[in-house]
Amino acid sequence: MLSTNSTAAFNNVFLFLLVISVVLLVSITFTMIYFVFKYNRKKNPIPVNIESHLLLEITWIVIPTALVLAMFYYGWSGFTAMRTVPPDAMTVKATGRLWSWQFEYENGIKSGELKVPRGKPVKLLITSQDVLHSLFIPAFRIKEDAVPGRETFLWFLPEKEGEYDLFCSEYCGVQHSSMISKVIVTNEDDFQAWYSAEGRKEPGAKADEKLSGYALLEDKGCLDCHSVDGTIEVGPSFKGLFNRKVQVTSSGKERELVADETYIKNSILHPDADVVKGFDDIMPSQEGNVTNEEVDVIIGYLKELK
Amino acid sequence: MKEDRENRKADRGFWIYEGGKTGLFSWIFTTDHKRIGILYLTSLAVFFAAGVTFGILMRLELISPGKTIMSASTYNSIFTVHGVIMIFLFIIPGIPVSLGNFLLPLQIGARDVAFPRINLLSWWLYIAGGIIALLSLFTGTGPPDTGWTFYAPYSIRTGTNVSLAVFAAFVLGFSSILTGMNFITTIHRLRAPGMTWFRIPLFVWTLYATAWVQILATPILAITLLLIILERFFGMGLFDPAKGGDPVLYQHLFWIYSHPAVYIMIVPAMGVVTEIIPVFARRTVFGYKAIAFSSIGIAAVGFFVWGHHMFTSGISDTSKVIFSLLTFLVAIPSGIKVFNWVASLYKGSIKVDTPLLYVISFIFLFCIGGLTGLINGTLATNIHIHGTHFIVAHFHYVMFGGTAFAFFAGIHYWFPKIFGRMYSEARAKLAWLFLFIGFNVLYFPMFIVGWQGMPRRYYDYLPEFHNLNFISTTGSWILAVGLILLFANLIRSVRKGEIAGSNPWKGTTLEWTVPSPPPVENFEEIPTVTHGPYKYE
Repeated sequence: MLSTNSTAAFNNVFLFLLVISVVLLVSITFTMIYFVFKYNRKKNPIPVNIESHLLLEITWIVIPTALVLAMFYYGWSGFTAMRTVPPDAMTVKATGRLWSWQFEYENGIKSGELKVPRGKPVKLLITSQDVLHSLFIPAFRIKEDAVPGRETFLWFLPEKEGEYDLFCSEYCGVQHSSMISKVIVTNEDDFQAWYSAEGRKEPGAKADEKLSGYALLEDKGCLDCHSVDGTIEVGPSFKGLFNRKVQVTSSGKERELVADETYIKNSILHPDADVVKGFDDIMPSQEGNVTNEEVDVIIGYLKELK
Repeated sequence: MKEDRENRKADRGFWIYEGGKTGLFSWIFTTDHKRIGILYLTSLAVFFAAGVTFGILMRLELISPGKTIMSASTYNSIFTVHGVIMIFLFIIPGIPVSLGNFLLPLQIGARDVAFPRINLLSWWLYIAGGIIALLSLFTGTGPPDTGWTFYAPYSIRTGTNVSLAVFAAFVLGFSSILTGMNFITTIHRLRAPGMTWFRIPLFVWTLYATAWVQILATPILAITLLLIILERFFGMGLFDPAKGGDPVLYQHLFWIYSHPAVYIMIVPAMGVVTEIIPVFARRTVFGYKAIAFSSIGIAAVGFFVWGHHMFTSGISDTSKVIFSLLTFLVAIPSGIKVFNWVASLYKGSIKVDTPLLYVISFIFLFCIGGLTGLINGTLATNIHIHGTHFIVAHFHYVMFGGTAFAFFAGIHYWFPKIFGRMYSEARAKLAWLFLFIGFNVLYFPMFIVGWQGMPRRYYDYLPEFHNLNFISTTGSWILAVGLILLFANLIRSVRKGEIAGSNPWKGTTLEWTVPSPPPVENFEEIPTVTHGPYKYE
């Protein structure tokens, strides 16, 4: 049962297990109900006491043992296929964070959706910025946890063009069920067009102040928790934040601060230092995730956001 | 009527004897194992009702995508509290502390457990744990929202009242350890003369196997939960990677207890099933020794399979293969039990009263739970269904369809012994019908929706999962009706049921040789045992 990809590996083994399970379930249930009717007290007032039957008992130890070992073996071989990455696979880094996914390609471009060309194996290197997440793509029957401080992997072979759901399947807090993205499988040409266009744009974009602002907030995942229109989500809204007075808790003590440049920069790099009243100390530090220039661009944008 | 009432008084056994105290105190300070069993039974029923209520609210929220009746954070708290109550306050203590407490001394021919006062202490710790768990809902920063597994680092970082909830589970652990120790000592030291190890009723064998798991595994949970609290207060950096800790270490420690705990939940249920089949088939059980040893086998191998909860957690592939193999080995003794139960019906003289009806449903539902467990234990298939509703369906088939159905079987079976009165058979069967249909309508769609890819612990879901979620929610209402009918029938029958007599089912174990309800110290004279427990010749 050598499988060429994760979908086939799962489907073959699942079918095998399902057939065995249904046969066992039906025969046990049928025998039980048959006995209940056949040996009903009205028809069968005198029971026969049978204490044991060695041969029978050995049979129903040996056969199930063989069956479960076969199940184990098929499961193992299917799993081996799921863990053996083809050498020509395209590597994409996947990062989970509260509450979105970010995919980073070999040429440095980043995307919130996983775009891949049809027919090319994809290897995902998975990690997390904050708490545990789990990257789950039902269509390809694969899943692996995103563990902060570790790198785990998955691979799959997109065989048909289309859009497939991508979920977080390790509980991660308030918006766990909205941590959803898509795998978009296109033909090779379309993919290359997108890949090279984005790739050209990206290096320049980093210094390009005009593009950044809002785009940076979106790219870094800030907008998963902070709105720009005043709606309160998991974190405080950015709207009208700059130079406003905020009530915060700093090392257990409440105090009032003005949301100036220092405060905003500190809140990005050390979010646990001053936690805004009414919100949980839940935001991970963005140190390493944003550069100093990017922070300045973000602050510039927030100044304008009245 | 007057005569009836006097009759009742005379026969009320342990219900009347207050042991030098009066009223409520004669209950909450009692050392009689039967009264403690009743205390537990009542408290379990209260927590079960709370857990069911939360479960029904969850299903109501999931009846359609998007917000229905509550916010995401409320939903997250509700599934956490549902899990904590059902696991730590209902199903882990469950059968051993209630039916076990009541019946263990009766079945082995003893006047009480080995340490009656420690038995009472266990109940007090249980209640203390329950109260702390309730406090965590209404105090501090709001009810915990981590899931009953308290996975790090989320449980370290969330602002909700996790420490108090975790401390509740810590206290409940001590209750469990003390009960286990008490039962093991009782079974070793207090068996009636002539009751050799292979003349012990098989329910007692399961209590024995379970008790060992309780005292060996629970301390690991206790220390792990303590570490969570320390990490939250002092930021020690054991599990939080931001402080140099390892979140996967937490999962190992948690499941080293919590997988064996699954057997704490199911093995006593298997014991109840094994008691009921011979009585309603009027014949001896098939393969006594195989059933006894399989209980021990499940308890022993159950210690080495925890890694199957972690196949997607980032542990090494080699360890996944080993844990998968061991998981299949633990399936074998469960299979042996099922075959022995079915064989015990062969050439019997069977009457399908309510206890047997629940037992037959138990075997069917437990087979579904067990066989889907094999799908979970298989590496290639686990990866896809891990963390989806398939898992939710699987463990509800084992825990609810299995343990709770066996619990209901046991309550009906021993009801006449405990209360001295018989429940209404027709009403009991009607309740069963609602429960059985409701259960399957509620949980079976979850297998499909999970297989389709809907993750668990989801407040909101994509429209493609709507139909099956809707069906599942309607099942929860049918199930609720069944539960109301079941409890209404039993509560009514406590006062109004017909006088049962000492042995209405013609059982052969020792509890049926004493009056119903049993007198204070069970046996006027300790019996001498000369044969096995299920002798129908």
